[in-house]
Order: sequence, then structure tokens, then C-alpha cells
Amino acid sequence: MSAARVGVVTFPGTLDDQDAARAVRLAGAEAVPLWHADHDLKGVDAVFLPGGFSYGDYLRCGAISRFSPLMTELIPAAQAGLPVLGTCNGFQILCEAHLLPGALTRNEGLHYICRDQRIRVESTRTAWTADFADGQEIVLPIKHGEGRYVADAATLAALEGEGRVVFRYAGGNPNGSLNDIAGITNEAGNIVGLMPHPEHAVEDLTGAPSVDGRHFFTSILKRLVNA
Amino acid sequence: MARVIVDVMLKPEILDPQGQAIARALPRLGFSGVSGVRQGKRFELELDGPADEAALSDVRKMAETLLANTVIEDFTIHVEG
Repeated sequence: MSAARVGVVTFPGTLDDQDAARAVRLAGAEAVPLWHADHDLKGVDAVFLPGGFSYGDYLRCGAISRFSPLMTELIPAAQAGLPVLGTCNGFQILCEAHLLPGALTRNEGLHYICRDQRIRVESTRTAWTADFADGQEIVLPIKHGEGRYVADAATLAALEGEGRVVFRYAGGNPNGSLNDIAGITNEAGNIVGLMPHPEHAVEDLTGAPSVDGRHFFTSILKRLVNA
Repeated sequence: MARVIVDVMLKPEILDPQGQAIARALPRLGFSGVSGVRQGKRFELELDGPADEAALSDVRKMAETLLANTVIEDFTIHVEG
């Protein structure tokens, strides 16, 4: 059986693509580099949108990336069920692309925050979180200046009512996110976006606060193998 | 040739911590009488032709598509001059 192929997207200004690719390989999948300027998803089984400052965060975080050639391929594929995980800037891009509702705005305290953060897993029904336990608390690094999740009251009520809040900050809200939201999913559960960084928490060797990030990748691999 | 201005502001219900920081700075600089500040963006679009109805309709599409994120922002359009 050939290994599952997970695409890792690089935009100009992406920072975390190498860590993301390494995390994918550690989980036993093949990491396939995807370039923002190509109209080509290379037949991958899932896509990881890593963090960074794509297009320099010009205009708004993710606003320009969202119209890149690669995204014009990814958006319909994701709507058709392709599993997609966006972390940090990747989450911002997913919101700008309207693959996920709401938006990420400037942190309430205005400071860029870089720290290890406790996060509670609120849903294990997504393609990327099946290997966690409901209510499990994990620790992942966060590093962002614009991570305050906002959405209108109707959208928030829908997210909460449909169990689509996937992660919530625990032990204090770092950025003023509404309802302490750290990550959400779409109705189908194939698209997940979160501000924390699972790809930075997969190996003790790197001084990571945990290896809890591994479960994102084992979750998607099991999904792909069983698909 | 015409210049069209697109002003983009966070919706009133969206927290604007940058505006709040500016509001807090003003009294420290000796300015009084300002009860609130909201910060936004201004885009100046230089058109090749006149700002007729078709051109302004296009500008509206540009604003909805790219210049503003209508999930969190409102925009207004006016022709300068």
C-alpha cells in the first residue's frame, strides 16, 4: 500500500511549511510540496495550510493568498470533501476564502503572543481530530498577532449548536476570541482551522511543550486509510 | 480619469483595539474631548476612464471581493473632486 499523500502549501511569506512537512512525514505519510502559483493539487489526499505571513499579511491576513492560483483549485476541492487543515495564517486564509465562517482580527491586547497554550478538544468528529478524546486538554504553541476569532451572533450560535467549535482556549483566553474559540470546522468536518500550531508539537527533540500535535496527523492518516 | 475613494471600517460591533489604543493615547498628549476612536482603511483608486455607473459598479465589486472583508467590515464609495 502506498503512503497517504498530504500536500503542504507554500505561499510567499509562509514560515511553517518545513515543520508541517516534517510532521506529516513523522506520522508516516508523504509530504507533497504545493506551490501557491500552480493550478495543481498534485492529486494529494489532504492539504495542510501552514502558518506564516503569506503575502506579507498585506491588506488583511490571508486576503491576497485566498486568490492565489493554488487556492482557486483548493477551494472547490475542499467544498467537495478534500480534508484541509489550516493553522494560524492557514486558518486566516480559510476564513478569507469563506471555507470557514467568521474572521480572525487583531488580538484584544494588541500584543503579538508567543507561548505554550492549553487547549481543550471540543470535537473529535472531524477528519483531523478523531484520535483525540472529547474534552481532552492538550498543550500547543501559539504565535500570532491576529487570532481573535469573531463572527456574528447567528454564526456563533450555529457553530456552538452544531458542535463545530473544535478547540477552545483553556486556562485563560490569550487574544479575546469570542467564546474562547481556538479552532472550528465546517459542516462536513473535513475542513479544520485553528490558531495553535500542532506541527510545532510533534517531537521532544525540538523542545516542544508536548507531542500532542501528532494526533492531528495520525487522525488524518487513519481517515485516509479507511476511506 | 477619475479618482474613486473606498473607505473601509470595521463593523460597529467588532472590537477595534487599535482605535482604543489611539483613544487612550490622546489624553496623554494633552488632547481632550475625544470620547472614542475607530481606525479604518482608505483606498484611492485611479480609474482609466470616467467614474460612470459601470465603473462604480466595478469598484463596488472590487470592494466586496478584495478591499473589504464584509464578514467584519463595511465600506463606502465616493468619487473625489
